[in-house]
Amino acid sequence: MSYQLDYLEQLESEAIYILREVAGQFDRPALLFSGGKDSITLVHLALKAFRPGAFPFPLVHIDTGHNFPEALAFRDELVEKIGERLIVRKVADTIKKKGLKEKSGKLASRNALQTFTLLDTIEEFEFDACIGGARRDEEKARAKERIFSVRDEFGGWEPRKQRPELWNLYNGKINKGENVRVFPISNWTELDVWNYIKRENIELPAIYFSHEREILEYEGQLIAASEHIKLEASDIITRKRVRYRTVGDMTCTAAVESRAITLDEVIAEITATRISERGETRIDDRISEAAMEDRKINGYF
Amino acid sequence: MDLLRFITAGSVDDGKSTLIGRLLYDSKSILADQLETLKKQSKTNEHADIDLALLTDGLRAEREQGITIDVAYKYFSTPVRKFIIADAPGHIQYTRNMITGASNSDCIIILIDARNGVIEQTRRHSIIASLLKIPHVIVAINKMDMVGYDKNVFTKIVSQYQDVARELQLEDVYYIPISALKGDNIITNSLNLAWFEGNSLLTHLENIEVIKSKNSVSRFSVQYVIRPQAEELHDYRGYAGKISSGTYSKGDEVRVFPSSISTSIKQIEVNQKEVQTAYAGQSVTIHLQDDIDISRGDVIVRSNELPKIQNEFEVLMCWMDSNELNAGNRYILQHGSRRVKALVRDIQYKLDVNTLSQESYPGAVKLNDVVKATIKTAEPLAFDSYLELPVNGSAILIDQTSNMTVGACLIQ
Repeated sequence: MSYQLDYLEQLESEAIYILREVAGQFDRPALLFSGGKDSITLVHLALKAFRPGAFPFPLVHIDTGHNFPEALAFRDELVEKIGERLIVRKVADTIKKKGLKEKSGKLASRNALQTFTLLDTIEEFEFDACIGGARRDEEKARAKERIFSVRDEFGGWEPRKQRPELWNLYNGKINKGENVRVFPISNWTELDVWNYIKRENIELPAIYFSHEREILEYEGQLIAASEHIKLEASDIITRKRVRYRTVGDMTCTAAVESRAITLDEVIAEITATRISERGETRIDDRISEAAMEDRKINGYF
Repeated sequence: MDLLRFITAGSVDDGKSTLIGRLLYDSKSILADQLETLKKQSKTNEHADIDLALLTDGLRAEREQGITIDVAYKYFSTPVRKFIIADAPGHIQYTRNMITGASNSDCIIILIDARNGVIEQTRRHSIIASLLKIPHVIVAINKMDMVGYDKNVFTKIVSQYQDVARELQLEDVYYIPISALKGDNIITNSLNLAWFEGNSLLTHLENIEVIKSKNSVSRFSVQYVIRPQAEELHDYRGYAGKISSGTYSKGDEVRVFPSSISTSIKQIEVNQKEVQTAYAGQSVTIHLQDDIDISRGDVIVRSNELPKIQNEFEVLMCWMDSNELNAGNRYILQHGSRRVKALVRDIQYKLDVNTLSQESYPGAVKLNDVVKATIKTAEPLAFDSYLELPVNGSAILIDQTSNMTVGACLIQ
């Protein structure tokens, strides 16, 4: 007698296994929650891994201050509903406290600065493991990262010193001061996440579906008009029907034109698209060939 | 739709990265913007065509040196199956990376350059496949375009390899002539190779029957104990883990190790729903009839399917660290979710992964060496031999000072 799990069941079971390994191997883990679909999926998986018990970790949101209001509202509702602890640390406070210099320019992203807040938060709460929703299909440096990714005292990733990861044996042993970033949905693709969201009927912030919004077209990308971007007299703002394929900061996430209002329609659009998720919507990756590798070496998640 | 994990073995010279690039490109898993980046890079490297190999080399050092250093994972899907490719480097100094990639693979594609036939590297990759018991082997004879798509070249290499397969007792071997560069026999059958009667590489990959394990004894290792704080659930005590093989049903008589206590299964939950039976691969929560002391690392098995319980055993081990191993060294051994102190008592021989010959080993074990050793653990371990049940016969050694994963063990 046997039963063949389909691919989503296998991915789900692997992710639950990884979350339970975190619970078993670490004293002070945390789940990094951004309000995007990948971290919402992680919360759903954690419910499956630990209910009826409580999560063995708090949710941690590194708040850049550039969030979509819809994502923040969603975050608070979700936390309320599941009754778990949420820790919020603001990049604005780190900037003030440490006298960090903000980027200037039209899209002054705090994407790089959030690494400072993340590392301070890890230190403040002595987190030894941080669970994140990164996937290997997103980016080619991520394709090389382990599921248990050991970071040094400065949060840095050393690609050449990675531990071999064999079978399903994850080695999370570390010295004090170090920490491990854990990526339970490493082996999922963007489409896997969407198909899982559909199968499990997971709720998402409304901005993942078609809505009307004031948009600035800038270097071929659709940027939401907000107080976080510097508008000039020559900028033309138009109202467009858009949705978001990823949800990060308002300053570094672009929208796509879409009329998809249901999950099926979104999945159909993503299946048909010829442009990758990060390529279409992430302004922060377009800097250089090794943008992600460099940020990870510096402690980015 | 199910899932197949495979590893590609070969070096850049054999066209390994080109093959992966080709699979991704022709299955439309490379998107327009990624292709654009690729075209730019190909120009910088002065390649006339798009260099598909650049797709898989994710680290700056790899792109600069034109080599694969580390295992990368790539993904693509067809309407029938999702594929996870472990792209591992093929040279001997990266044996540990290949073993890492192979440890989770259902299938291995061994690439042979049609101009060279079976070479030392082919034998090494096949030996690793046989040591790790990868169930399915595909021998892809590449660069057929360079030998005029000659059937005789293919036939000759197949017969060379059949000797290797026989010697290593590889069971399911599929031979296919391809050109990764030109796309022959990758997605569809090529007219250039009209004499070949088998399926294209992708069609074959889609049709391999994934057998997780021939052995169906039930193995379950406790990862975490769920004990809710809520008053109304104060009796709840659930043992959370993933079933590594076999099935568990409500009412099964079980034994718990290392304590060896007998009890039975009171309840099984999958996603908080009670089920009658749970199967290999599922993450579940098990409840036992008796209130006994169980913690992370304990193993629950059916009473009529006992594993071996020993604190001394032989392993075949690949050494993965630049610090040498000497007999008498102490480490932490991780098996399932259990960690115990371990002593490498004795090193019997070193296995030559190119020839399978055994060299009686004089001294220190170095990075990438494969050795036969005896390990003693502080407490007994509940294991099966790797040959019979890989999922419960594998373990790693962890260095207590650096915390590095230093050894990959196949328990004999």
